[in-house]
Amino acid sequence: MLDLSKYQSIGEALKDAVDQFANEVCLIEADREREKERLTYREFKARAHPLAKALQDAGFAAGDRASIIMTNQSKWLLSAYSVFFAGGTLVPLDYKLTPDEQWQLLKHSGASVLITEHPIWRQLSLSAGRAAAAKLQTVLVTEAPPNADLAGARRCEDFRGEGEPAFVPRQRKDTACIVYSSGTGGRPKGCMMTHENYLEQCVALTSIYPFWPGVRYLSILPTNHAIDFMVGFFGPFTCGAAVVHLRTLRPEYVREAFPKYKITYVSLVPLVLKNLQKGLQARFDALPPGKRKVFNALVAINKALTKGRPRPGLSRRLLKQVHEAFGGELRTIIVGGAFTEPQTLQFFYDLGIPVANGYGLTEAGTAITVNDLKPFRADTVGKPLPGMELRILNPAPDGIGEVSVRSKTVMSGYLNEPELTAETIVDGWLMTGDLGRLDETGHLQLAGRKKNMIVTEEGKNIYPEDIEAAFESLPVKEFCVFAANYIWPKRSMVGEQLVLVLHLEQWQQLTDQLRQDINARNNRLLNYKRMHGIVLLDEDFPRTASLKIKRNALAERLAKLDNATAILPL
Amino acid sequence: MRTLEQTTQEVLALAATHFQLPVGSLAPGDDFFKKLGIDSLQTLEMLSRLENHFGIELPDYEVQGVSDFKTLAERIQSRL
Repeated sequence: MLDLSKYQSIGEALKDAVDQFANEVCLIEADREREKERLTYREFKARAHPLAKALQDAGFAAGDRASIIMTNQSKWLLSAYSVFFAGGTLVPLDYKLTPDEQWQLLKHSGASVLITEHPIWRQLSLSAGRAAAAKLQTVLVTEAPPNADLAGARRCEDFRGEGEPAFVPRQRKDTACIVYSSGTGGRPKGCMMTHENYLEQCVALTSIYPFWPGVRYLSILPTNHAIDFMVGFFGPFTCGAAVVHLRTLRPEYVREAFPKYKITYVSLVPLVLKNLQKGLQARFDALPPGKRKVFNALVAINKALTKGRPRPGLSRRLLKQVHEAFGGELRTIIVGGAFTEPQTLQFFYDLGIPVANGYGLTEAGTAITVNDLKPFRADTVGKPLPGMELRILNPAPDGIGEVSVRSKTVMSGYLNEPELTAETIVDGWLMTGDLGRLDETGHLQLAGRKKNMIVTEEGKNIYPEDIEAAFESLPVKEFCVFAANYIWPKRSMVGEQLVLVLHLEQWQQLTDQLRQDINARNNRLLNYKRMHGIVLLDEDFPRTASLKIKRNALAERLAKLDNATAILPL
Repeated sequence: MRTLEQTTQEVLALAATHFQLPVGSLAPGDDFFKKLGIDSLQTLEMLSRLENHFGIELPDYEVQGVSDFKTLAERIQSRL
């Protein structure tokens, strides 16, 4: 691994990595059963440098912002490398957002360059939001069909500069990426992550879960997500490891990829991990009684022998068939983005497949705690990473309070939001808005949220304010969206739901017609953003002088209702 | 060549069979997340089955944001 303490920027570290590991395989890209591409670090450099040069020739300079909106693939990493080499700030955006949302964030970020795929650009170019992103000068589109209408964009494949690009140095405190942790509604939250944030986080994470040449990481979580950016790009690259991309994330192709590419690490969201558990359990249940008895006995032996620490070699011998289905090389499944239920973690650990669960948020630079497996604990989210100071604010008698952290990995602030930044980072401590307690061994146990938001099992952060536009002009006196747990707190991280609070006109009733209107609007939302139910409140919402809803005060009034009967299902 | 109507009916019949529902219980405008109570992964499994039936490849991005059978059938139709 490179000694990252010597480096000032992501670009500088990556520049050395591609030379130091020149002969190692760096990227493998597959589409269904077809392998499309396999690049060494030398070949990666040869592909990326002409793009970096062309960006420079087009006037892209230090601190300029370039956005990537792409599904997981080689070109994502090639583009990101080129942007960093040219001294740019990267704005990775979620390809799953709607075109309007993407335009809104492109505008907010001030990106002058966009690198995207043709199908995504086809949608983006038709969206009315395009006019707002006035700073966007260059759009590069990959894999456009020969006669495609590029709508003002240029073909990325033809965007190549002649000669070598000049490396543009950056300082540790400069912004490396603007990562949107949420806020496609009124208030986008663009986390300004510095080069130092990534360099420090990488050192901390790889001290517990190391990469080396020969390691193969299967990239499934979107690369714009903090976890995949770190463990599916920067981490493996600075260690000479390889990243495997699948263009189709159908479960059957993902399953095939493990043995085919001998995967070492993979990151998953809890939803996918649970699905994997369900599939495996069904296969175990289908075993003939005799075989099942033997299998259960082997699992019990493995469980007893790995109580203190994982023993990969032993587990692979004991439960050979299970491990062979995963390629026989899988060391750890990294799970993140949302809370994972302890029984799922235990299920995999008992099979000899440790799941590295943890806790983090984009604002803190990926991870705050991880389970170091010494020993494995299913009931916690692990211990703070090296260099991470963690404290519990205003703890209740049971030790539960708000989790706050201080570290070199914490963002410098939210882009263009000094007030929000000041509320979130107080005296150098990041207020997470999550509740938890530290146990006597230093492990963090999460116990709910203090903030008005939910996190889905797919790892999506959903803020109620971002969804309210879908109910605009709903024929009621007033409405507001809330996370149910924010109104009626419960000490749990699972089963979070959104509710639509309605104040009807005096003459009005919740008729079938009104329900239909609400349902129609609800169904237009992406499935994970939908309301679970309606709450009726027969009084005016508390508002500020500028008529904004006082959400805290409204939540306090709603809390007096009995949540068992107040939530009417949709 | 199938008509869009035929494609839609085949999509509905296959989805019903895949999720063990009575044929005819699904309608083109139904939201499959809600009607079938499935998550995004189960949707991907259903897509694989549809691909095999129609003999096409439906890239993941084509079904991004699609949640009703009618739109899904249109995306399939455009690739037949």
